[in-house]
Amino acid sequence: MRVPILRQAKYLIASIQSALSDHELLQLRDDLMEQTGRYRARGVVVDVTALDVMDSFAARTLRSIGHLLNLRGADTVIVGIQPDVAISMVQLGLTLEGVPTALDLEEGLAYLDAQMG
Amino acid sequence: MSAQPNPHDPGRDADQTTALLRELVAHLRENRNQLREEWVRRIIDGKLLTGMTREEINAETTSIYDNYVEVLATGSVEALETYARNLSERIIPRGVETSEVVGMVLLLRDVLARSLFWKYQNDFELLNKVLDAYEPAANRIAVTVASSFVHERERTIRLQQEAIRELSTPVLQVRERLVILPIIGVLDSQRSRQLTEQLLRGIRATRAKVVVIDITGVPSVDSTAANHIVQTVEASRLMGATVIVTGLSSEVAQTLVTVGVELGKINALGDLQSGMEEAERLLGYRVTLDRSET
Repeated sequence: MRVPILRQAKYLIASIQSALSDHELLQLRDDLMEQTGRYRARGVVVDVTALDVMDSFAARTLRSIGHLLNLRGADTVIVGIQPDVAISMVQLGLTLEGVPTALDLEEGLAYLDAQMG
Repeated sequence: MSAQPNPHDPGRDADQTTALLRELVAHLRENRNQLREEWVRRIIDGKLLTGMTREEINAETTSIYDNYVEVLATGSVEALETYARNLSERIIPRGVETSEVVGMVLLLRDVLARSLFWKYQNDFELLNKVLDAYEPAANRIAVTVASSFVHERERTIRLQQEAIRELSTPVLQVRERLVILPIIGVLDSQRSRQLTEQLLRGIRATRAKVVVIDITGVPSVDSTAANHIVQTVEASRLMGATVIVTGLSSEVAQTLVTVGVELGKINALGDLQSGMEEAERLLGYRVTLDRSET
């Protein structure tokens, strides 16, 4: 299943609804890269609220999505990491360095607004 | 084809055991009052159940006796198990010890065995058979009661431990979007894990953006505990909250530097007050002193 990407003013919102295969994650990365360019998005929110597990590939991919989109001119924020997921990610050393995080979608959009000034 | 009955036919043995148990149960029901009184007398002589009044002992022994005979009659220990748990729940708060409960059940077993010796004293072979039927059932009852008691006690202890642990890591909201987590006492690995979990739940529940962890009350920190603190900080960041650690004593700071914990990611401040001020600054609060009040 392709992850739906919504356009909201100058931001893109990708809301992951279920656990993704490695292929689907790469698809999400490519879709976001492409749409960021096409819609000239200034910010991207990736919402992972629905995920109750995150493996190392997913964490690495999310991190690289953050860095790649920064290079394309869009601030990227990961939102909605669940407490248990956060604990296991830290234990595995997957801490998404360099990528901002926020509690939920609302916080993520507020963060992007603050970045835009 | 042999028509000779096999003396070791297990089916026949079982039938015989059942018949003997039935006879046994009838005997125990018939002499209920006398045997129970004998039992109570021996409990009191043995100075067991001293925390209970005479009336309570009477009431409980009657129920136990009836349950006991019931188990011998039906062979099912479930009802007794439930009763033993309820009994334990009632008597544990009164300081009744495991040895007293086990002693009491063993006394009943002895009293009943004695009465069987008396009843079958003239027929040694029959007595042997009756005891063969009685002993396994009686031992099973003793084990059931003892294990129910211990089980109930362990459950109580577990609940209390849980309660203590819950109390030991309060996540307090002091302002909108700001929580503090004062830690007092030793940080072992189980407590650290629980602390992390409670903090993350607290962050989600209060929608906190800044967390101040105050470890003034932590006497010493080893490398495991320090790593746990670092992990808590990182996990909180994944939830979108910034963590400020305050109250690192000079000993703790020295230990951390000596064991080489990676502290670059930790935002540390001297005391809780400066931590709160920094948190307020991050959140955009401005606290001013109202001169007209003084």
